[in-house]
Amino acid sequence: MLYNQPSPHETRVLTRRFGLPNSASIDTYLASDGYKAFLKAMQMAPDEIVGEVKTSALRGRGGAGFPTGMKWSFVPRNSPKPKYIVVNADESEPATCKDRVLMEEDPHGLIEGTMIAARAIGSEKGYIYIRGEYRYLIDHMDRAIDEAYARGWLGKNIQGTGMNFDLSTHTGAGAYECGEESALLESLEGKRGNPRLKPPFPATHGVYQCPTVVNNVETFYAVPHIINMGGQAFADLGTPKNGGTRMFCLSGHINNPGVFELKMGANLLWMIDAVGGGLRSGRKLKAVIPGGSSCPILRADECDLAMDYDTVAKAGSMLGSGGVVIMDDTTDMVAVGLRIMSFYAHESCGWCIPCREGTTWLKKMLWRMNNGEGRKQDIDLINELSKNMLGRTFCALGDAAAMPTISLVEKFRDEFEAKVRPVMVPVSGPDQLVAIS
Amino acid sequence: MSQTVNITINGRQTQVPQGTLIIEAAKAMGIEVPAFCYYEGYSLQAACRMCLVEVEKMPKLQPGCTLTANEGMVIHTESPNVVAARKGTLEFLLSNHPLDCPVCDKGGECELQDMVFRYGAGESRHVENKVHTPEKQWSPVVFYDAPRCILCYRCVRVCDEGLGVGALGVSNRGVISEIVPNGEDHLKCDECGACIDICPVGALTSGSYRYQTRPWEMTHVGTVCTHCGDGCKTTLGVKNNEIMRGNNRDRSGINGEFLCIKGRYAFDFTSHNERLQAPLVRVNGKLEPVSWSEALATVAAKFKEVKAAGGRFGVIGSTRTTNEENFFLQKFARTGLGTNNIDHHRSGDLATLLDALSGRENALASVADLYTAKGALIVGADLSQQHPLIAFQLRANFRHHAAKLFTVTPGPVREDEIALAAVRAQAGGELQAIEGLREKLAAAGDLTILFGDAIKGEAVRKLVAFGDSLGIPVRYVCLLDNSNSRGAVDMGLLPDLGPGFKAVEKPGLAAPEMLADAKLDVLWLVGANPLKSATLANAGAFVVVQDLFLTETAQRADVVLPAASAYEKNGTVTNTCGEVQKLKPAIRTMGAKADLEIIGLIAREMGINAGIWTPDKVFAEIQQTVRGYNVPAAVLTAGAAALTMPVNGRVASQARPELIRSAGDTLFTSGSLGRYSKVLNSVMESPGGLFRHERE
Amino acid sequence: MNFSPALEARISKILGNYPEDRKRSAVIPLLLFIQDEVGAVTKEVVDEVSHRTGTPRVQVDEVVGFYSMLHRKPIGKYHVQVCTNVSCMLVGGTELYHHAAKKLGIGHKETAADGVFSLEEVECMGACSWAPAVQINYDFHHKVTPEKLDQLLDSLRKIQ
Ligand SMILES: Cc1cc2nc3c(=O)[nH]c(=O)nc-3n(C[C@H](O)[C@H](O)[C@H](O)COP(=O)(O)O)c2cc1C
Ligand code: SF4
Ligand code: FES
Repeated sequence: MLYNQPSPHETRVLTRRFGLPNSASIDTYLASDGYKAFLKAMQMAPDEIVGEVKTSALRGRGGAGFPTGMKWSFVPRNSPKPKYIVVNADESEPATCKDRVLMEEDPHGLIEGTMIAARAIGSEKGYIYIRGEYRYLIDHMDRAIDEAYARGWLGKNIQGTGMNFDLSTHTGAGAYECGEESALLESLEGKRGNPRLKPPFPATHGVYQCPTVVNNVETFYAVPHIINMGGQAFADLGTPKNGGTRMFCLSGHINNPGVFELKMGANLLWMIDAVGGGLRSGRKLKAVIPGGSSCPILRADECDLAMDYDTVAKAGSMLGSGGVVIMDDTTDMVAVGLRIMSFYAHESCGWCIPCREGTTWLKKMLWRMNNGEGRKQDIDLINELSKNMLGRTFCALGDAAAMPTISLVEKFRDEFEAKVRPVMVPVSGPDQLVAIS
Repeated sequence: MSQTVNITINGRQTQVPQGTLIIEAAKAMGIEVPAFCYYEGYSLQAACRMCLVEVEKMPKLQPGCTLTANEGMVIHTESPNVVAARKGTLEFLLSNHPLDCPVCDKGGECELQDMVFRYGAGESRHVENKVHTPEKQWSPVVFYDAPRCILCYRCVRVCDEGLGVGALGVSNRGVISEIVPNGEDHLKCDECGACIDICPVGALTSGSYRYQTRPWEMTHVGTVCTHCGDGCKTTLGVKNNEIMRGNNRDRSGINGEFLCIKGRYAFDFTSHNERLQAPLVRVNGKLEPVSWSEALATVAAKFKEVKAAGGRFGVIGSTRTTNEENFFLQKFARTGLGTNNIDHHRSGDLATLLDALSGRENALASVADLYTAKGALIVGADLSQQHPLIAFQLRANFRHHAAKLFTVTPGPVREDEIALAAVRAQAGGELQAIEGLREKLAAAGDLTILFGDAIKGEAVRKLVAFGDSLGIPVRYVCLLDNSNSRGAVDMGLLPDLGPGFKAVEKPGLAAPEMLADAKLDVLWLVGANPLKSATLANAGAFVVVQDLFLTETAQRADVVLPAASAYEKNGTVTNTCGEVQKLKPAIRTMGAKADLEIIGLIAREMGINAGIWTPDKVFAEIQQTVRGYNVPAAVLTAGAAALTMPVNGRVASQARPELIRSAGDTLFTSGSLGRYSKVLNSVMESPGGLFRHERE
Repeated sequence: MNFSPALEARISKILGNYPEDRKRSAVIPLLLFIQDEVGAVTKEVVDEVSHRTGTPRVQVDEVVGFYSMLHRKPIGKYHVQVCTNVSCMLVGGTELYHHAAKKLGIGHKETAADGVFSLEEVECMGACSWAPAVQINYDFHHKVTPEKLDQLLDSLRKIQ
């Protein structure tokens, strides 16, 4: 079931089966070229597959945008240990809801993506780590996996190719940090979701300290299409070094929010107007968070840009996970800052001091600010404390909390100043959203 | 091995093996990189972010505790960037830390306090409410105050990795994360207090020390623990002639900073209100307090009378008195009283082992060797219960060097979990079980065999023959019960062996034989309590007891002489591995005298010249006469341990395996001392003590 | 502990997903699926999971404390989770949460006295493009208005 109307502006590659009757069934899948790419990949040497993915200029869709082919090439070929494929379906970056629709509409597409990755690195076992809130998707993926086993597309000697591959789902239980790949691995091993020291990276020391490829759901989805259409054709859909299409999750103050597959490099303003149906009537664009709540915010005047990793980075933000939050001129930026920081304070795993203490302190200060108890010096202090977290935390969650906050204070300082109360008042902090369980 | 690389820290060049942690490389150059979570020997965390350093050509600051040295690295540990980051992190840390330093136990020796003092962030810009949760008591000895906790996870690691107990975990997440015990609201553990000791702040505090004193009000006396045979150094904090705590934070001594519950807390028997503080003499059937001179006169008169009449003496010494005391006791008994009826509680067959090993070098392992041995075979002993330091060393060896461990025990032991092979063998079946491990043992490269009282007499010789047949270097540890069980044997508290394992001409009676001798005239017990489980055949024997408490034996005595404990006197003790260390008196107990002095005074009272009885003089004599003990006195004076190697000759001992039996103490029992330790008793009554192999 | 045949089947399947010496991997799935049937991660559940996965108890406890979906106390039959994260907040999520709180008479992480409803203000649940979103137990509800929420809650109250 689709939650929003498709847009005529979409380029349907990953979503080509969306809307087909029974799109999730293996019959529909097979009838629409499903598992063809896998059979093709079985005719290719593992290095050729990696080469094709490199050519495709596919970059990880989980947030960091790391070139996928390169990541796969880091897996040691001659390791005597078993190798693992892990799908990051934790999808918990605020404003991101694309992996969910992909898995819902086309579960076999994900299975095929993991099979090809497994072939490329020589893995016989994969896990799909799905956030616990997506319970229905766990059942949904389990059904698809069962179907694939029943039809000989998973398990031993798949379709007589000699390849063995087992795949299973694994549920999270409510922790944003478990989207961070090393914390995800800890969680997959039955532990708290604290991130691991890096190096070593998952490519050499992943699940059970074995070589592991961790990719986002959407990244795996691209793989069969890359094999089918050829890496170059996929690359050509996007901009240089930013291959393919991208699932953009438009949310916020627009008329037609939804998840849309657009070419990498699509213009942001065009996206808002043509695809998103423009802003609510009578309202003006104020700002956009271009790639999930971890990304620095863009002022309206910074939004005329191509949505690919490099261009958005040049504009001082990040393409991130594809969560595009559109805000009109009614938006209270201090409230946005507070909400974002509350999220990170709630989700900080607590491992390192700057993130654990910084997010909570900032949340309390932003709460005061937003509730009219802010002091003038708090504005600079918010900025300074955020910078004291930035680049100094154990994992990128600290950065994810700091970056949007710094951008908010620096770009919308007047709104913070407007909320300052001239007289100091006793302070009290919000304690909700603190208790975890 | 690893190649050497050139790195530059703060403009100074140095060479270190590739892969050296920057924090260690800096330390070697005298440059401190501050850290909370980093702790040498335990797994790396990089969690506190205090150790961030600047590395040229790297965009972000790097944690010095995990960054490894590579050729050409240029590092700055005091650049403006680093200093600012450090200050920022400290400020974050203090944002939720209760600034209750004035009442905190850790005040004055708190790493956080020191760090703020040195690196700033003293003034607070944090005006919000702090997270607060009430303090919790997890066991009789462990309290946890979550708000003070800085989540460095040292306690979690020391318990899991160091002790192999794993009693601590972390619950919740983010700013409300806290350390939790394994038994929901209480600890199920060894109660060793390592977590408290390793805590850089005052989050973990000890039941016995908390709110008692300030660190700077104490004097700190480094001495040797008086409980088991491992010989840990313990530094006693003393205030107003009372021991407040034991720890070893300066990591000196053979145990580094390891201590079990006994070394850390079970000093409290010294101030038990049943301590004997005046001599007692039986008058009309009742023990009455008398002056020292009266008591000594009574003893001397009786001894003289019996000696003159050619009567029979029986002398039983202690496994906790010093070498000097044991040496002097046997000398006085043999030459002054003219008897070889002298013995002690034997817990292992050291004599046969030394005989079997005679003439070899490197045949005995020190505590330090246990950390580097490639293989270790544990036979018939529950090390975690009876030899905690040895267990700790082997565990560290396994963790750091992947040592191969083997256990051959009647029941499961904690070491099984890290053992390459764990074999169950009932009494008598050990050698056969070991034979089954032959190939694996030989593959270890070198081997240290540790055996308890299960292996004695002929079995010891067979064990050594087996060791010889492996074709690899093999060393041995004969496990003995108490703090000076080893010294008791070395000093000749045996009817057939004099000091240094010299055979005596006319062997005397062993302890059970003395007790059973219907014609015994005098039984003299120096720190021994045999009547706890045996009876004295001659109801008319004159019994003299030197002890701390009115033990079962003392209750039967005619004269009881209050003795000083190991924490109240000078002298040396020898641990189960044969390492000698010096005691230092921490306190004085009114009315009690050191056993050495008591024996000396009895001799003087009898008019017998047994030589000067100061510890130093007696030790000098020991150095001359006891083989293996010719160790440099300066080493001991400096507080270090010296390994004795008494394997330079045959030992003509009558192996009497039937007399050898370990008392089988656990972590929470310690002979009669344990009975007078409130801490040990409280722990045994609480639900959490881990006995034997239990592990959560 | 004894569970329903369906849950037992699921547990064995889950345990089969991991290498023999890595059963600890099953801790989180087991806790969550068992919680769904038992209603909470009770002490007995912790012991059971510890036992079935061969994981020391304290390590299971650590996990229970870490994950926000695991709770030690039972909650209402219907767990109403209102997202107030940015995307939802922009289009009325916060107001929706306050509306629910008022209607149910309970606050964040509270359960009504009759045990029918629990309320929680939750973080982003992956429904941002169809905000504001509410999850009741595991069911998603998109573009929820106060009126829609009223209807939903009323009908659930009737079913129960
Ligand atoms: C705090 C944090 C949260 C993250 N959450 C997610 C997530 O929910 N889903 C995801 O795919 N990647 C997430 N990532 C990124 C992953 O760490 C990792 O980069 C990604 O799974 C790699 O896959 P890709 O190369 O296909 O993007 C997160 C990273 C951080 C630092
Ligand atoms: S930045 Fe630190 S506390 Fe925050 S999530 Fe990462 S490791 Fe945990
Ligand atoms: S912001 Fe509410 S579901 Fe994502």
